[in-house]
Amino acid sequence: MIGARALMVALEKEGVKEVFGLPGGANLPMYDELYKSNIRHILVRHEQDAAHMADGFGRVSRKPGVCFATSGPGATNLLTGIATAQADSAPMVAVTGQVPVAMIGKDAFQESDIIGMANPAVKYSYQPRTPEEIPEVVKQGFYIAETGRPGPVLLDIPKDVQQNEGKFTFPDEVRIPGYHPWTDPDIPSIEKAIELLLSAEKPIILAGGGVIISSAFAELQSVAEMLMIPVVTTFKGKGAFPENHPLSLGPIGMHGHAEANKIMTEADCVLAIGTRFSDRSVGTFEEFERNLKIIHMDVDPAEIGKNQTTSVAVVGDVQASLRIMVKMLLKKALKSNDGNPWSKHVKEVKDYWRENLKLHPGEMGAAKILRKLREVLPKESIVTTEVGQHQMWASLFYDVIQPGTFFSSTGLGTMGWGFPAAIGAKTARPDVPVVDIAGDGSFNMTEHSLATSVLEDLPVIVFLINNYSLGMVAQWQRTFYDRRMIGIDLKKCPDYVKLAESYGAQGIRAQSMDELEKAIKSGLNSDVATVIDIPIDPEEDVLPFVAPGTSLKDMILPS
Amino acid sequence: MITMWAILSIKVENKPGILFKVTHLFRSRNFNIDSISVGITENPKFSRMTITTIGDEKQIAQIVKQLDKMIDTIEVRRLDENNTVYRELVMFKIKVSKPEDSMEINKLASAYDAKIHDAKKESIMVEITSTPHQIAAFEELAKKFGILEIARTGITALQRSKH
Repeated sequence: MIGARALMVALEKEGVKEVFGLPGGANLPMYDELYKSNIRHILVRHEQDAAHMADGFGRVSRKPGVCFATSGPGATNLLTGIATAQADSAPMVAVTGQVPVAMIGKDAFQESDIIGMANPAVKYSYQPRTPEEIPEVVKQGFYIAETGRPGPVLLDIPKDVQQNEGKFTFPDEVRIPGYHPWTDPDIPSIEKAIELLLSAEKPIILAGGGVIISSAFAELQSVAEMLMIPVVTTFKGKGAFPENHPLSLGPIGMHGHAEANKIMTEADCVLAIGTRFSDRSVGTFEEFERNLKIIHMDVDPAEIGKNQTTSVAVVGDVQASLRIMVKMLLKKALKSNDGNPWSKHVKEVKDYWRENLKLHPGEMGAAKILRKLREVLPKESIVTTEVGQHQMWASLFYDVIQPGTFFSSTGLGTMGWGFPAAIGAKTARPDVPVVDIAGDGSFNMTEHSLATSVLEDLPVIVFLINNYSLGMVAQWQRTFYDRRMIGIDLKKCPDYVKLAESYGAQGIRAQSMDELEKAIKSGLNSDVATVIDIPIDPEEDVLPFVAPGTSLKDMILPS
Repeated sequence: MITMWAILSIKVENKPGILFKVTHLFRSRNFNIDSISVGITENPKFSRMTITTIGDEKQIAQIVKQLDKMIDTIEVRRLDENNTVYRELVMFKIKVSKPEDSMEINKLASAYDAKIHDAKKESIMVEITSTPHQIAAFEELAKKFGILEIARTGITALQRSKH
């Protein structure tokens, strides 16, 4: 057996059914064995899209998505996708071809030191130097990618290592001496956390992406309901808790819900679950932790105390920690929260902002079109987003009802992520509708993936909120640079209906609510991808807005 | 924030590329490396890195956690300075301007338990193995002759046994 064959066998043993990729000189032996295997190949038009597809697949299925690229530019094209997965703790295994071992370091054609380049962007990387190493590095790579705090793993395989014969043993278990992905939650810390929460006057729960990664939805809901305390999320944690739940206040942060930011800043004790306290979520670190006791649950011990000072730390898988907390709470006689002044206040603030947040007056205002999307989409639909204003409007106005159905590039903020990630999500869940909430600037970056969507029979809807500009940059230029607008005008180019049609997809322009509803329904019933081009007012801003370097208290509201 | 000095002892797998990963971590997390020394341990499967760093309490705690998180690190310890033997080896090339300098440099070296190598008419090479404090004191005294070149190994350290 040759190394490339061993790779396919090892991937099949990991349960891999599809890989996203693009062949080239240095990974041809892999492709030749892929041809003979039962693994489906999904051809992309740019390697970055393959990484984003694998990422979307991984976030939805919670198993590593796999992408293939050749050496040199193929590998470097993956980098943005790998860094995106790392920033959002998404499981991924990226497999690159490399020049033959003897050519490494000779500046060979299409040689790049991808191990070196990718180092800060991967959870781990391997470059097997003999074919015999392949089964073990695949086994270890998958284990590392999907356990603990998930992340991307890179396997860089020289061409001769793919081609050479070897004697292979496929391990069933892995042993990595320096890797301890999980620690058992510390019971006394959870006990202490409960004491703090019960003695707090104004407690709150802040749910982060870790809740979604560990599927701790039921546990989170139980804790919130038992304690009857309000739940805010980070943007990455959006949809960790049903957003139509009476205790839900939605995401906090730079473009958080007004009520969420308001109540977060008033709270005296927070149970923060699976969050790294990103600056985009909490504003200035010093201001956030003032007069706030922080209970921090996280699987990654390095997150404890990194950005915020904690009163109680609970290290471990958050689902396991929350389960223990639920059990402990069941044994306690909890007081009813009826008439509790904090609960009453939270409800008043929430009701006020849900009624009174000033929205864009036009028929096709962002809030209106996103609420229409929510109304028409079945609740189990999966939504991804691109990066920009549309993403923040999605955070504000698209309520996630079924937990774990909303995904976005929240950490790295990679424009062009949403569409290929939606295709990856559709690969993992062909049974549910998948929608990419997009902006025109972001969609431009990976719109060629329409070819993959159409030809690979992976129909998704691109809900294109089109302001003919790089809207978020435009908003900052309007707000902070005295309207000196530069580098943001995309004009009416391309025509997205024609663009979609040229790829064999469906293109629909929606200029009224009526047309929009029809277009969404048409997309849901379509066998091919649907691009819904929704022109909006290019001057519409995302509000509320917490300016960078300020605190959540300094939220700018619509005037 | 009070800035302090810390000695970190890091046991890693003895594989290629790990020194790169450790130093890259310091760079990408905005930490400082004051000195670093690396060598194989009693078990050839592992190497030990001794890194001295400067930061406040929070930063040093974060460095230890980030190093611990690395898959290639087997054990990361912040050594207790008072209970650790730590030494650095430094070579000085000291200028000899007049004949009596040679004698004086010899005396200074012997006061610091340093060895003389390569004594020439114009310069003397001195090797000293000591604590950073002692080495700094030696350096200060050697300055009056003129220091032509310095090469240092970085600190290496082992914690004393408990009993």
